[in-house]
Amino acid sequence: MILDYILRRLGLFLFMILMLSIFTFSLSYLFPGDPLSNLSGIPSGNFSQHSELEDKYLYNSNYIMQYLAFLGRIFQGDWGVSFASGDNVFQHILDLIPATLELCVYALIVSVIVGVPAGILASAYTSRWPDKLISSTTMIGYSIPVFWLALLLIMVFSLKLGWFPMSGRMGLLFEIPPNTGFILIDIMLAGFPYKGEAFTDALHHLTLPTIVLAMFPTTVLVRFTRDSMLKVMDQSFIKTARAKGLNRRQLIMHHALRNALLPVIKQIGLQFSTLITLAMITEVIFSWPGIGRWLIDSIYQRDYPAIQGGLMAVSLFVIIATIVAELTYTLFDPISRNQAHGKV
Amino acid sequence: MHKILLVLLASTLTGCFESKEEIIEEKNQGLVYCAEANPVSFNPQVTTTGSTIDIIANQLFDRLISIDPLTADFKSELATDWKISNDGKSVTFTLRKGVNFHSTSYFTPTRDFNADDVIFTFSRLFDVYNPYHFVGDANYPYFQSVGIDQLIRKIVRVSDYQVRFELFHPESSFLTNMATDFAVVLSQEYAMQLKARDQANLFDQYPIGTGPYIYKEYRRDHLVRFYRNPLYWKHDVALEQLVYDITPNGTTRIAKMLTKECDVTAHPSSAQLSILTQRDDINVEKETNLNIGYWAFNTERAPFDDIKVRKALAHAIDIEKIMQAVYYGNGIRAQSILPPTSWGFEPQAKMPMFDPELAKKLLIEAGLPNGFDMTIWAMPVSRIYNPNARKMAELMQSDLRKIGVNVSIVEYEWNTFIQRIGEHRHDSVLLGWAADTPDPDNFFSPLLSCTATFSGKNPANWCNPQFDLLLTQALDTTDLSLRKQYYEQVQALIIDQLPLLPIAHGMRFQANSADVEGITLGPFGAISLANARKK
Repeated sequence: MILDYILRRLGLFLFMILMLSIFTFSLSYLFPGDPLSNLSGIPSGNFSQHSELEDKYLYNSNYIMQYLAFLGRIFQGDWGVSFASGDNVFQHILDLIPATLELCVYALIVSVIVGVPAGILASAYTSRWPDKLISSTTMIGYSIPVFWLALLLIMVFSLKLGWFPMSGRMGLLFEIPPNTGFILIDIMLAGFPYKGEAFTDALHHLTLPTIVLAMFPTTVLVRFTRDSMLKVMDQSFIKTARAKGLNRRQLIMHHALRNALLPVIKQIGLQFSTLITLAMITEVIFSWPGIGRWLIDSIYQRDYPAIQGGLMAVSLFVIIATIVAELTYTLFDPISRNQAHGKV
Repeated sequence: MHKILLVLLASTLTGCFESKEEIIEEKNQGLVYCAEANPVSFNPQVTTTGSTIDIIANQLFDRLISIDPLTADFKSELATDWKISNDGKSVTFTLRKGVNFHSTSYFTPTRDFNADDVIFTFSRLFDVYNPYHFVGDANYPYFQSVGIDQLIRKIVRVSDYQVRFELFHPESSFLTNMATDFAVVLSQEYAMQLKARDQANLFDQYPIGTGPYIYKEYRRDHLVRFYRNPLYWKHDVALEQLVYDITPNGTTRIAKMLTKECDVTAHPSSAQLSILTQRDDINVEKETNLNIGYWAFNTERAPFDDIKVRKALAHAIDIEKIMQAVYYGNGIRAQSILPPTSWGFEPQAKMPMFDPELAKKLLIEAGLPNGFDMTIWAMPVSRIYNPNARKMAELMQSDLRKIGVNVSIVEYEWNTFIQRIGEHRHDSVLLGWAADTPDPDNFFSPLLSCTATFSGKNPANWCNPQFDLLLTQALDTTDLSLRKQYYEQVQALIIDQLPLLPIAHGMRFQANSADVEGITLGPFGAISLANARKK
């Protein structure tokens, strides 16, 4: 049963990858200019260079052959070179994606730590002041646009109060070699004389972008946890437990929580894809050196190979995150395996 | 008891002194300079982009001689002495002894700087047998546009520390050009090592110089990191580290200045100066600078090949409005291509004035009564000569619409922009020039000469034999009054033919935190942070 489920998901995954790669490939024809240079990132220069490229990309064969050659190169890590910098696009993505992931992971952790307890609290005091306070705050957090919140926080905490810096991952004077790409881990790994200071500085830089990015998933988790808890609390086994004389704390901790958190776990996984999208805006505003900022710069600079590579990397990531979230959820909740068809 | 107290007091005092020194030391750990664009290269020979020259020229390298910004006299740098022969056709430099090249992770010098380095550096520009002449597409925009590559016949090694430049003909601006930010001395030993390893293409990307700072790393769109050169020949360098934070957005640069993420900010825009000047912890420096912001037409393209069309466009725009909205009163309206502080300056009576009716008339005469469509390329970065090209382009767009000319504004990332302008893909462009020397020729040859067209530096794509002849005549003489006469004719010719419309001369602004001192901003040339320190 579980194997069947996994196979179905895998089939869905492969289909999505196929569609994504066809779309990316067709972009090089859809973008203005020479498709060959859009694919390779090498401006069509002299004749010998051009014919060399034609051979490599099977440019004179039909579209199917060209597409297959394209797939082959994708798997070899040859994603072309960027128009703007002349560097390898795949290498660029490998260098930049840890910064984006880092931001998303921290934001997700914050939203779980804040969102789930707040949701539980709200459900425990339904229609009383803690619920009203939490729900209305959530409403504000849910409606406020990310870029607006970011600018607001910068205005108040960076420019007015001067508590937090407004750009980058850490003070540039600290020279931390990028080992893992996760700045806090890199600082701990680096044999650096000012480790403590660097760590504090990195936390300072992380604070505002993490808050901004965590705002949306936190509000979603609050609302989701609250609704899920209320639904569970309304079920007959809870009523029985209450009739047995258990107090509210015991009811929630021993009976309701485990059942209510199941759908929340799935939601946490699904939030990851939203996070990647929101991270792009956050990265641009906070000059965070991640893939989102790079992608948006590339669009501005009409750097077609970079746009294709960036789009593919981000979409691939969203697909993988969603599928992993579903699989994890299935591990916790056997009933969901009975769903015959996958959803992304 | 008293003795014990005395000892205690003394130890506390020494403690105080120590900690104060430590604090000073810690402060000078580093300086963050918010720069407006990525460096194009790490060798000033191969670029003229001001943003790049600001980052690299005075920090990593030294020149043979320099020009004193106050007296305009030549000063000795790597050359301790220089002699010009009587016929003016050879110049002998005596070189400084005991100057080290940088020791980095990728190169360790085995010898001091000597004549071989000078010969290698300058023969690269013109000698096809120099192993590096064709590396980097053999393009040396500054030297080619001022014709240095056509001027040097050969460079002779007189001794280890003496080198003689033999010229085809005497030229008054030779020494001046040798004192520019582009004429830096590179290491021959390093070049040969790279060549032996078949890595010559890295030469312009991983620099080795004799300057106050040593290259460490460059991450595109992020930062450039230099460290102190502990063996710098001229003086001790206070700062341990110098980091350039690449921040193309002007508003972000100002904000970073306010949050103290930058110690120094390049080119704050005039519109935001009032915010900075209100703060006690930020100093804003204002320096008159030899520069010109202009609007150049691609004269090889129709309809801009027609003088009447160029004149019509020039008469259609209201420069007074631009002066207020773009320069905020911190610029001088141009009366010629040369700024008034230049000795060659001659105000032009025929400068086109704002007159839309005349513009329409000229367009009808040119056979374009219904106007036409064109592009204005606007620089994406703020420069001294044009703090906000986008806004300027928008103002011009609305003015030109009134005479039936439809303008679309084109923008690219700065380095791509420069590259495409060099390929003459534009109709017209808002650009400018900041001088590297006080010599007026520095405005004409690099911008409008025929050789500049070939090296992709002439944004007007204009080649006029009469203009080039006048420039050559001016360079062939050392008689200052005669030169001035030639330059007067040159300026008149530009206004008459209007390959470009001079708009304004900007002021150079720099914002730095109040505890930073020792930054050198001159009326020409790039910024120097060699003496920068924190108080």
